[in-house]
Amino acid sequence: MKCNDFLKELTDYLEGTADAQIRIELEEHLHWCHDCEVVMNTTKKTIEIYRDNQVYELPDTLRSKLHAAIMTKCRHSKPPNKTS
Amino acid sequence: METIQKKAGEDTSELTLVQAAKKGDLEAFSELVKRYDRNVFRIAQHITHNEEDAQDVVQEAFLKAYQNLDQFQGNSKFYTWLVRIAVNEALMKLRRRRTDRTVSIDEDVETDEGTMPREVADWSPNPEQLYGQSELSEILKKTIQGLPPGFRTVFVLRDVEGLSTEETAEMLGLSIPAVKSRLLRARLQLRERLAKYFKLKRDGNGQP
Repeated sequence: MKCNDFLKELTDYLEGTADAQIRIELEEHLHWCHDCEVVMNTTKKTIEIYRDNQVYELPDTLRSKLHAAIMTKCRHSKPPNKTS
Repeated sequence: METIQKKAGEDTSELTLVQAAKKGDLEAFSELVKRYDRNVFRIAQHITHNEEDAQDVVQEAFLKAYQNLDQFQGNSKFYTWLVRIAVNEALMKLRRRRTDRTVSIDEDVETDEGTMPREVADWSPNPEQLYGQSELSEILKKTIQGLPPGFRTVFVLRDVEGLSTEETAEMLGLSIPAVKSRLLRARLQLRERLAKYFKLKRDGNGQP
């Protein structure tokens, strides 16, 4: 297995959905290829860091404001079963 | 901190809420808004990069969902259907702000970066500790904003919101291989860009 092939399978490997045979080949590759090991670890960390640090939270005050605006618009709109 | 909404056990009551809302029960619809407004806002922010636009998207997406509830067949989850509406609204906003007006989820651009990793220094242990929370947040925003819209949308749905490949494909009207290919490239490009910050900071050189 070459580094290119490793990258192609990386998503399935990280999800744990790679076939058993492919998995063995990937792990064999990781054994001797330090670069791919680093790429895998830093890719994993990239996913984790975005998952754990939500950069766009909806502040409570804005949330209430939006909720009120949405409900007002819906109230003034036709009910769903009357639109068609 | 808000985590990905747990779906287990909510499906039955979600269906009840949707059915009530279909008959014009605004209280039931209000519950659906409360359940998903944070997720829709995050997704809209990631796509538009503009808080005002994201606020509009949240409002328009929920209003459209309400008005078209009779078209929701229940073959998919309400959330999947809602996000599909929101993504389309967000892309429309983005298109209006861009001069080239070519923004599309189908955009499968070949960027200069490609996918072959160039940066292979290991920064994986605790890069968060190198920066304060707000500084880290800025880096993460700046980094993801640099990705093409089609890539960052897939990344946000799959890796930030934690949706499955199948759900993401359904929401975006893409094939499963297309979602996988975009996800891989999005992850590798983000990895490459973050490496520039984390590696240099670790080496004591400050900014990249």
